[in-house]
Amino acid sequence: MKKVLVILLLATLGYYVAGTYFDIGFGQPHFIKGLLPVKDIYLAQTVKSLKVSNAVTSIVVNFRGFDTLGEVTVLFLAVTALGSILYKKMNVLGERSVLFSSSSIVTSGSKLLFPAIILLGFYVFIHGHLSPGGGFQGGVIIASGFLLMLLAYENYSVSHTALSVVESLAGITFAGVGLLGFMHGGTFLQNFLPTGVLNHLFSGGIIPIIYIAVGFKVGAELTGVIYTVLHEKGESNG
Amino acid sequence: MDNTLFGYLNYAVYGTAVLVILIGLYGTMVKKSLLKVVIGLSVSDSGLNLLIVAIGYYKGGTAPIFSPGFLENFKSVSKMVDPVPQALVLTAIVIGFGVTAVALALVIRLYRHHGTLNIDEIKNLKW
Amino acid sequence: MIYFILISVLLLLMIAASVYSIIQKDLLYAVLATGIISLILSILYYLLQAPDVALTEAAIGVALTTIIFVITIRNTVRMEDESDKKEKFKSAVK
Repeated sequence: MKKVLVILLLATLGYYVAGTYFDIGFGQPHFIKGLLPVKDIYLAQTVKSLKVSNAVTSIVVNFRGFDTLGEVTVLFLAVTALGSILYKKMNVLGERSVLFSSSSIVTSGSKLLFPAIILLGFYVFIHGHLSPGGGFQGGVIIASGFLLMLLAYENYSVSHTALSVVESLAGITFAGVGLLGFMHGGTFLQNFLPTGVLNHLFSGGIIPIIYIAVGFKVGAELTGVIYTVLHEKGESNG
Repeated sequence: MDNTLFGYLNYAVYGTAVLVILIGLYGTMVKKSLLKVVIGLSVSDSGLNLLIVAIGYYKGGTAPIFSPGFLENFKSVSKMVDPVPQALVLTAIVIGFGVTAVALALVIRLYRHHGTLNIDEIKNLKW
Repeated sequence: MIYFILISVLLLLMIAASVYSIIQKDLLYAVLATGIISLILSILYYLLQAPDVALTEAAIGVALTTIIFVITIRNTVRMEDESDKKEKFKSAVK
């Protein structure tokens, strides 16, 4: 009975949501005719005034930069909540939960791959304004590199102090660069550095700086999440 | 590409995205196991992200990245796909991971306390 | 034409994986199915001209979310109805 009710409810919901989207049409221009769509304004501004190649980067960091600050704060809150939910007393460090001894092929292979993964992560977020990628992607790639090492070695550990220092410094850089805009032009996150030439590494003003800070912050936070969860050992379950 | 095929894709892409959202919501509403509830949340998150990215796609559009020489060859930016939904989804995916991690931490904590994940057996809400 | 066939096959696989992840009783297989959904999604994002989102989905959905789910299953139970298969879990995952 409950299942039938749920299916009826979901079918009604799906009928109206899907109907709305079918009317819009896939791949069709869906802006009002005669008005300049917001995407064209954003794309033109990206090339002309910001000199950034990747339009997604310019929207995430510049046009919607305040949203990104809030989003990074939400991620920080999630990490804090995770740490406080899985709270443990000091000195009662849990055993590593996924405890299987890896073969020497796995350990030496991951030792070989680890620097390459970290380098790829740095590349992705340093070139975030030129090519696909950016702070979020690079940070996640770095976190997955640490995940590889944590899975391959039983007693590999990441320093919590270093993680929190990196994370706080990156957050301070983001907010500080935003506040410097007040001194130069007038608004928060104002672009005050010279924008340079399109498609050069040093272009885009403050956008690469902020995206690199976001990359370090996301990488440190996600590494902390994995480390906390991986050191959680169920007591009742053996 | 043929226009009729594209008209079919209209129903296929949006229909699949909505269907995946509904499947995830069904799992969230019906299943008894708390882990299945979190899996349902994750599935419906995926469908929602596909729906938002698909609405920004333009027929024959290019990725919103200016390679060297793009402006000399094309003169106009109207052939690019819409970058705004992509930027929204980019942040939504990372936030979705944070939400999943917190939900799983709560699941671990509840299992530690009650010894079960069945929400019918977790009757008393006092910790 | 090849674009059309590719997108259709990927969408069908995605529906199949999401249904499988909901009806499967063994939670480990269900979690792996969500990983497959993310993999298909990242190819779809690439076909929909969103390379940034494809990178993020590939890194987060395939690697990090799956691993966190697997660790949680390791810490709790593996089967959806916990009554009969509890002993099997202990022997299956050391």
